[in-house]
Amino acid sequence: MLKNNIKSQFPLLDSPENKNLAFLDNAASTQKHESVLKAMDDFYRGSYANIHRGVYRLAEAATAAYENARVTIAQFINAGEEAEIIFTRNTTNSLNMVASSICQQFAPGDEILLTEIEHHANLVPWQQAAKHYQLKLKFIPVTSEGRLDLSNISDLCNNKTKVVAVSAMSNVLGTITELEPIISAAHKVGAVVVVDAAQAVPHTPIDVKKLDCDFLTFSAHKMFGPSGIGVLYGKRSLLEALEPFEFGGGMISEVTWNSSTWADIPEKFEAGTPPIAEAVGLAKAAEFIQSVGWDNFLSHEAELTNYGLTELTKISGLHLFGPSDAKNRGPVFAFTLDGVHPHDLASVLDENNIAVRSGHHCAMPLHRKFELLATTRASCTIYNTKEDIDRLVEGIKKAQKLFC
Amino acid sequence: MDLYQQNILDYYKHPRKSGEVAGATHHCKTSNPLCGDNVELWLKLDGNKIVKAGWQGEGCVLSQAASDMLSEYLEGKTILEIKNIDKNVLLKMVGVELGPNRLKCALLPLDALREAIK
Repeated sequence: MLKNNIKSQFPLLDSPENKNLAFLDNAASTQKHESVLKAMDDFYRGSYANIHRGVYRLAEAATAAYENARVTIAQFINAGEEAEIIFTRNTTNSLNMVASSICQQFAPGDEILLTEIEHHANLVPWQQAAKHYQLKLKFIPVTSEGRLDLSNISDLCNNKTKVVAVSAMSNVLGTITELEPIISAAHKVGAVVVVDAAQAVPHTPIDVKKLDCDFLTFSAHKMFGPSGIGVLYGKRSLLEALEPFEFGGGMISEVTWNSSTWADIPEKFEAGTPPIAEAVGLAKAAEFIQSVGWDNFLSHEAELTNYGLTELTKISGLHLFGPSDAKNRGPVFAFTLDGVHPHDLASVLDENNIAVRSGHHCAMPLHRKFELLATTRASCTIYNTKEDIDRLVEGIKKAQKLFC
Repeated sequence: MDLYQQNILDYYKHPRKSGEVAGATHHCKTSNPLCGDNVELWLKLDGNKIVKAGWQGEGCVLSQAASDMLSEYLEGKTILEIKNIDKNVLLKMVGVELGPNRLKCALLPLDALREAIK
């Protein structure tokens, strides 16, 4: 476990009102690091102006802060160059942008390969595009254990497959996807690979060059940064070939009354005033992760994963959803409890100052496949401790006493 | 521990009106897409009067207890009396203060009722 108390670096968790809060809903959104809040506050107080427009000093300073954030994020995921980093609103926005634009290039009958673990954000945009362009959706199945079954990948990935869109980590099962065989199968047939890294980004280092994925998306708010900003990474050649998603100021090269030409990447995809302070916050969040170090992240979370799996599976009547071994798995625990509905469990836990999520976690087809209406999910991150998990276990037992 | 009062737990554990009503004249099933809870409501009318009400569903303590309380309340009422039933009638029966997210749970059977008598 980490020696320094990371929790105290998160003002909300360190506040007197929340001192006893076990915050276990990090897969939905994380709390914000002190450095993120300070950087955004300093930026608004000291160097705020719109970017890419004015020539006065403040506008220059704001532009530099925004563009430096792009450099930081490019380094964070090891992109080839900062122009390959597009700032968006969030992962959902990034995925909608790619899906709506790239599918224009396909012919009726072409296929899009997804997986059964996808969050609605990496499913519904493709459904819509498929409807519009008469494309066919296919799915890499999930095993009863909660892992992707890649045994048929060479059939699923065929010469009709144009896009393979896959989550790097399940927000329900906690499983970390083995991306390499999927990406190589996709590239063998010339398909473009889109990786939804919203869940993975605060749990595991991402190197887009090593992965050789074509697009990758994530959100700042799930990695200790602000809400309102996300990232779309794309390889330069693909971004250049893609039509812009939104139109207006900042994304043009030349405009006449009747037609326009587009700016180069990344501006081509950033119409309108972007989330400027949020970009500053996002860069700080990435720097925070790097300052803790991935080795510390991975070992701390492996310990939480092991501890959580051991302690939760000891509870009789608790059924864990997803693999019970810690291999390629993060500290995300979705489960059902005999005789206690997830909503009721979450309410009892809340009364005991433990924040979890209940429902289908934006993965309705996955729940349906396992014949579940809803689950309760506790999801940990770097600031969680074994004590948080102990409190969860205690709370679950209280609920059993009340309802069973 | 205010939410799960004895009264609510009692209705949940020992429902009075659960099950389909034979010869029902009105019926509707509603669900809450956010949590997957569902409630199916049956009414049997004799003229304008509800002579029997019953329900069946899957969900949390609140949605299931509220369905039972509502069914109990409905029996003996006329369609006219319940046509414009206010949500506060049901919330008063449930009797606990609810936040916006849990409010939807308790009001689920009311949606079913409104659809059924439309």
